[in-house]
Parts: sequence; structure tokens; C-alpha cells
Amino acid sequence: MKLSIPVAAILLVSSASAAESKRAPLPPAYVEECGSCHVAFPGRMLDAASWQAVIGGLSQHFGVDASVDAKTLEPVRAYLEGSARRKPTAGADGQPLLRITETRWFVHEHDEVPSRLRPGGAEAVKPAECGACHQQAATGSYAERDIQMPRKGATR
Amino acid sequence: MRVAIPIAAALALGAITARAERPADFEARFAAEARTADPAFAGFSAERGRAFFTNAHGGDWSCASCHRNDPSVVGEHIVTGKRIEPLAPSANAARFTRPASVAKWFQRNCNDVLQRACTAQEKGDVLAWLMTLPAKETR
Repeated sequence: MKLSIPVAAILLVSSASAAESKRAPLPPAYVEECGSCHVAFPGRMLDAASWQAVIGGLSQHFGVDASVDAKTLEPVRAYLEGSARRKPTAGADGQPLLRITETRWFVHEHDEVPSRLRPGGAEAVKPAECGACHQQAATGSYAERDIQMPRKGATR
Repeated sequence: MRVAIPIAAALALGAITARAERPADFEARFAAEARTADPAFAGFSAERGRAFFTNAHGGDWSCASCHRNDPSVVGEHIVTGKRIEPLAPSANAARFTRPASVAKWFQRNCNDVLQRACTAQEKGDVLAWLMTLPAKETR
């Protein structure tokens, strides 16, 4: 009986992370390792195959060295694989996509973004700059109510 | 007593992971490494560090591309636009306090800028310069 409480706690924690919980806070290790150079993208943005491809190429991560030592990487891997998107995020060639902005769901969700904010637009937002419109991006929340696009002519 | 063991373990772990160092500790370590690499090592130069930091070394980026020519102010990642807290210890007390963090970022960023690891001389020169920068208002 003495063991039962910790075991129950572990089961609770693992089942909570396995479920796709949009409200669960991002793990600190993930924010620390991946959220320094860009906002820490929630695991649900890519499927497990895409995350595995990202993790496998961290020393050449979109042109920069984002390598993480094996021990530090483990909780990051566990979070991403545990919260990964269930629908596939593969490209037309069947290969896992690495860029969230190239996934079908992302393109679809952003089809209302005005051209001035798109790449090449007069007030283009950088593709990884989720927080430019998603006010709570740093916490992993992308709810509609938290969207506030930069006003036209606003200097950021 | 059953509770005591995890707490003791947590405290011990905390003592290991939370052992904060000061920028001068890193400077001393880089100096020792530089002396080992070159017995003629003659100390660090803040001016050489500044030049190193702001030079693209034949590539596209310099350290200053993200950290600014004056790294006592807030920087911005050149690709993603992510805010980067000041690098100068006077402006950001968290800088140069954790060996694992210092090692990680020199490894990553030297590869990004120079496509190689930085030498102890180079790291020490940069740190010597950063330590001379006064704190500024961050925007």
C-alpha cells in the first residue's frame, strides 16, 4: 500500500501527457531547450514522425546548430512524441514535414491572414513569430480569443 | 523518515544543479584553457573580443546579428524574431552563471557564426569585453 500512491501519481502524470491536452503547460525542459530561439511550439503542431525528424537533425536545424545533449533531450522527446498530432503532417512526397508552416492544417488555419502580414508583404511577420498575432503563444495557447493581428501601419 | 530520503535527495540535487558561478569564474577557466593550448597566452583583450563579436568571419552572421553591437540591450533572433535577453552580465544577472548553459550556447553559436568551435582565447576575449559593458535601460 505504501507504494500505491507514487505509482498512482506516475500513472496519472503519464496518462495526462499521453492525452492531447491543449491546456497542459509546456514542460520547462522543452521551453528551456527549444523556446530560446523561437516560441516553444506545442507538440500538437506536428505528428510524431515529423518531430522525430526534427529531433534527429538538431545539429543542422534550419541552418543553425540547435544540438542538445542526449540526457537533456529525453524529456523534450517524451513531450513531443507524447503530445504529437495524430493526423499525419507529411508532405506530398510522403516524407515528414519539418516546417509547421508547410503543413496542411497550418495553411488552412491561416488562410484569412491579410497579404500585408504574409511573407513578402509590407508588414510581413516572420514565419516563426507566432506571438505577433497569437498573444498567448509563449504559453502554448493559440485560442481564437487570443488572436490580435498587428494593426495596419503599426510599428512593431 | 520515509519522507526524509526524497527530500535529502532533492536538496542534494538542488545543490548540484543550482551551483551558480560568476562571470569571473568562467574567465578564469577560459584563461587556464588558453594557457594549456598556448603557453605564450598573454591574457584576454576586451577590444579583441568586441571585434570578434561584431565580425561575420566570412559568413552571413556575426554574434551581433542577434545580440546587437551593444549586447547590453535586448536582442532579437535574426530568423525567428524571438526576443533575446541582454548578454552583458551587467544587464542580465543570469548570464555566465551556469556552466552547462555557457557551454551549450558557445557550441551552438560558434558553429552558427564560424562553422567551428571557438577557442578559449576567443571565448575569453568576448567575455572580457562583455564584462566591461555598463548596464543600460532595456527597451
